[in-house]
Amino acid sequence: MNLDFAFLTPQVLSSYVLKGFAFSLQLTLVAMLGGIALGTVLALMRLSSKSWLALPAAAYVNTMRSIPLVMVILWFFLLIPLVTGRPLGAEMSAVITFTLFEAAYYSEIMRAGIQSIPRGQVAAGYALGMTYGQTMGLVVLPQAFRNMLPVLLTQTIILFQDTSLVYAIGAYDLLKGFEVAGKNFNRPVETYLVAAVIYFVISFSLSMLVRKLQQRIAIIR
Amino acid sequence: MPMIEMKNVSKWYGAFQVLADCSTQVEKGEVIVVCGPSGSGKSTLIKCVNGLEPFQQGEVRVNGISVGDPKTDLPKLRAHVGMVFQHFELFPHMSITENLVIAQIKVLGRGKDEARERGLKLLDRVGLRAQADKFPGQLSGGQQQRVAIARALAMDPICMLFDEPTSALDPEMINEVLDVMVELAQEGMTMMVVTHEMGFARKVAHRVVFMDQGRIVEDDLKDAFFGSPRSERAQQFLSKILHH
Repeated sequence: MNLDFAFLTPQVLSSYVLKGFAFSLQLTLVAMLGGIALGTVLALMRLSSKSWLALPAAAYVNTMRSIPLVMVILWFFLLIPLVTGRPLGAEMSAVITFTLFEAAYYSEIMRAGIQSIPRGQVAAGYALGMTYGQTMGLVVLPQAFRNMLPVLLTQTIILFQDTSLVYAIGAYDLLKGFEVAGKNFNRPVETYLVAAVIYFVISFSLSMLVRKLQQRIAIIR
Repeated sequence: MPMIEMKNVSKWYGAFQVLADCSTQVEKGEVIVVCGPSGSGKSTLIKCVNGLEPFQQGEVRVNGISVGDPKTDLPKLRAHVGMVFQHFELFPHMSITENLVIAQIKVLGRGKDEARERGLKLLDRVGLRAQADKFPGQLSGGQQQRVAIARALAMDPICMLFDEPTSALDPEMINEVLDVMVELAQEGMTMMVVTHEMGFARKVAHRVVFMDQGRIVEDDLKDAFFGSPRSERAQQFLSKILHH
């Protein structure tokens, strides 16, 4: 095998890959923040005693978790223009799809986190005159979030890897950047190799970070 | 008008009746102790007072306001009914000071400085001023429970509910908590206390309520209760709890 990486100069990297890399990071970040926010709402709905809140949330989460992500990406991209009459653009479509999809996974994590908080904490919040919203926002969610931070971040690492699935709708992400460069210089093996190394380095260092964090943030009980 | 009034309160978990026709009242400035064997419904009863436990029948009024009425603003009512729990339930992610000020600020709308001043004053009162910046996990059980009492007092409660406040404590820590409670009682705080600490009852209680199997079996003045409880069940209970 004859590998030659010489063509991958900083200029080539910045003109082909940088834009895609920025989009992959942006997609990960937005889908994480949006997904955790929406996921927390879904978790609270599922834990509600009111079935008109719990059932739709459960249906949403179970549906999302039962469909392959790449199909959701594809269908959302294809369906939205049919409904609204105009295309959304691959990048925008990807951001919305990932947020909606990841929310299902984050919601399961948040649900476990909320359930890990002793019921007495809720009672204490109420007994001090707090409303449901205050009890959740000030007492339960901060603790649940803290307990679950390592798991939330681990899910985010998976999310980062999954962003490469936007190839299905042709969005310009990190992988796409390397793919285009590989085609232009006729060196696809080299570019895919470097792409793999970059995904590995980022994901692996993030999971090391999670491990460090895990030891530091435990609440003293 | 009594501070706390319970009329024929009944509650079921499914088919199981946990409270049966419970009636009692606590006058302003009165201290009543609720005792009875475990599973007799004491904790459930006291949690009905501030609506932490819903009940299906009967009426509970605190300072004239009906707790069971769906139109009642429960958070507003609870803000002035202090409650102390068996497992303290301090918020572990907040410092002691934050525990003391959070509800004052968010529920009562007090300013930060005012809330802090009030909180630290009460912390001083329970003898824990030095622990202000620590976290609950760094305190002993007895200290945590004293902070929990201070946290409830910071809301300027019209009455205080204690749900087995010393049951989760190591024996050597029980007295530091009871001392704070005795002091409160002697200052005229209206208190309803679920406890097995008969020494506390003898010292400061005006009345003792004895529960068994979800019913209030005795509701006597303290001297009558300790002198000669009428029901056989209460006699048995007392002889077990006093002679060991």
